Amino acid sequence: MTNNQPLISDKANIPFYRDERIIKIFAQVLSAVIIVGILIWAIINFFKAADARNMTLTFSFLKESAGFPISNPPIDYDPSMSFARAFQVGLVNTLLVSGLGIIFATIFGTLVALARLSSNWILSRIALVFIEFHRNIPLLVLLFLWYFVVFGMVPQVKESIKWPGPIFLNKRGIYIAWPRLTETGGIFVIMAAIGILVSIIVFIILRKRRKITGKATYYLPASLGLLIVFFLFGWLLSGGTPFQMDIPSFTGINYQGGLRLTPEFAGMFLSLSLYTAAFIAEVVRGGIQAVDKGQIEAARAIGLPPMQVLSLVIMPQALRIIIPPMISQYLNLTKNSSLALAIGFQDVFAVGKIVINQAGRAVPVFALIMLTYLSLSLLTSFVLNIYNRRIQFVTR
Amino acid sequence: MINTEIEQEMIKPPLPPGPLKWVKENLFSSIFNSVMTVALIPIVFYLLFSVVSWALFSADWRAVTQFPLLYTVGQYPRDQIWRVGVILSSIFLFLGISWGRWGGLLRSISLAAGLVCVVTALLPVQHPQLDQGMRLFLGSNTVMILIGYFIGRIKAVKASVIVVGWLLIPICAVVLLAGIENSELIPNVPTTLWGGLLVTFLLAAGGILLSFPLGVALAFGRRSDLPVLSGFSTIFIEVIRGVPLVTILFMFSIILALFLPVESRIDRLVRALMAVTVFSAAYSAENVRGGLQSVPLGQIEAAKALGMSNLKTTVFIVLPQALRAVLPAIAGQFISLFKDTTLVVIIGINDFLGIGRSIINSDPEFVQLRTEVYIFIALIYWIFSYLMSLASRRLETAMGISDNL
Repeated sequence: MTNNQPLISDKANIPFYRDERIIKIFAQVLSAVIIVGILIWAIINFFKAADARNMTLTFSFLKESAGFPISNPPIDYDPSMSFARAFQVGLVNTLLVSGLGIIFATIFGTLVALARLSSNWILSRIALVFIEFHRNIPLLVLLFLWYFVVFGMVPQVKESIKWPGPIFLNKRGIYIAWPRLTETGGIFVIMAAIGILVSIIVFIILRKRRKITGKATYYLPASLGLLIVFFLFGWLLSGGTPFQMDIPSFTGINYQGGLRLTPEFAGMFLSLSLYTAAFIAEVVRGGIQAVDKGQIEAARAIGLPPMQVLSLVIMPQALRIIIPPMISQYLNLTKNSSLALAIGFQDVFAVGKIVINQAGRAVPVFALIMLTYLSLSLLTSFVLNIYNRRIQFVTR
Repeated sequence: MINTEIEQEMIKPPLPPGPLKWVKENLFSSIFNSVMTVALIPIVFYLLFSVVSWALFSADWRAVTQFPLLYTVGQYPRDQIWRVGVILSSIFLFLGISWGRWGGLLRSISLAAGLVCVVTALLPVQHPQLDQGMRLFLGSNTVMILIGYFIGRIKAVKASVIVVGWLLIPICAVVLLAGIENSELIPNVPTTLWGGLLVTFLLAAGGILLSFPLGVALAFGRRSDLPVLSGFSTIFIEVIRGVPLVTILFMFSIILALFLPVESRIDRLVRALMAVTVFSAAYSAENVRGGLQSVPLGQIEAAKALGMSNLKTTVFIVLPQALRAVLPAIAGQFISLFKDTTLVVIIGINDFLGIGRSIINSDPEFVQLRTEVYIFIALIYWIFSYLMSLASRRLETAMGISDNL
């Protein structure tokens, strides 16, 4: 090597406007200035407007009396209670409709996916029609179809539709006979809870031993047996009547007793879960179809019974593909529950909307609503991502 | 000799199953299947029969058929309605031109659009809003498509001209619809009068056109190595994706005004469009980011080795591959944006769904006809989003990225 000079010198005469490091620092500062500048400008504007319109920015109003009624609150509420309590009512409603919606949508969506994969042509086509119908209309239209059209055709209280159960259906809602705890029912519930806990522990321990030692430990029958014993014991302790059926009865004006679902709740729940079920069905179908055919054939070839082919070979592999899009479907469902506003179901957003309309508290109320949904989303994705990480392949 | 015999033996495709065999395989393959088939057939026929007989005989479609113009353009002044017509005709013209130039999927779309126009123009019914002028206009649209087709076949017409034309249409459309102050020919039409399918399509098209570049910018922002930029983009994307669209709509319709100078006023429809755009951009950004991650590093290194600048590498090497990879996701995002535009009803804008609602509430008689109105609305939305998903599937197959190979 005769030429000792490096090809590119650190101190080459690069003009500063072409020096990558300087450009980066400049871009950094510039973007920071623009973003912060816009924020400051917006905040100054806001304070000007806030002074003029006498708006508050604090959350102190939450302790004041709300003063507006909420129909059919799931927890104790009356207008004299605080704004904070009103928000809690909304939050419980949101959680209730999205939690139940997620459970129902998952079960129903999986069934539709299985029907779609069925070898029976008619069943598969019915599932296809269900999926294509729900995936291609806006959720709000589906909600209106259920709430205004289907529940709009339901008769008045006096001509209630009676279904076996008994279930009564009228303009005021759906009334379902529902078991309620009797005075001694508490003992049964406690015993049942202990039983569930014990049997889960026994199940885990025995299954672990089975995995380590390879010997049959009969973990499933053992834990199930324990569960039944505890249930029986609790039932005997409570004098044989832990529950009593609470049957709705007609009192001349309306039905009393039983479990009452308002038309708003029922419409919201049905449209949300059916809409999401169509998307979940596609997710599940995709997951099952993505499992390599050779895997199933190999499992059959080594003589696994069909149930074990499903539970040991297909499901673990399909779940890896299903879980991530499923998480986003669950998040969508929770966020979509905010459409409740359109039919007057009092979820957290609808309650917030009332508060905004009542007084100039738009900004704190809005911050509260956004924070609620953000933490719901983050919490759901956090929990499900932990589960997701457990079932994914370990890559090193 | 033997070889050719074997080959002939081999290339014989299996015969398509006969109808009887098909029935046996798909409907009666096992006892359980047979039972299910026998049980399901009457149910399906009963449902089909009752739906068809309701739609044809007992349903009262008055609330739908009386107001075709309300459903399409809302309360847009009837003497100014020619502006919508001009926009529609120019869209049809460019559709025809694109058909002539590229063919393929555009051919089916053009033919379908032309067919709808001809059929509507020749409908053998008396309707006050389907007068001679309207029929003539619809018929001329078919001619427009055909004229466009022959223009598109001329080699001298460059593809870039057509693309620029497509990009100019929305801008011209908005100017034409809004009108110019103190103008004799096109006076101002306040957006409160706009409605129906017009608003639905404006929001959807505007949202798609504006949210996509914003989404690409956000995706690059999130991947940027400048902490300020990537931090801001990440927070923006995650916050928007973490809250429902209704919240964003309300934020733009109520809260935004508080953070702007007191005297500034942004039009209601524009605020709705901003909300839809921002919402969709956050989702597009995540899709695009997935695409960007899928571009192999070797591609970028190769481009750099050839001496391409950063900008050129991004525009000519990275983006085309990234967007191609996530085309299905982007198409899905656009379809859901189209469906999500219905939420503007909640902030009081009369889009297609909103017009349906106001028609129902305008007359106690129509309250009884809400079933027909909502089913009609659902059907229209269904047709458009189904067509969009069909188009995206055909596009995927044409580009060779279909996942069901």
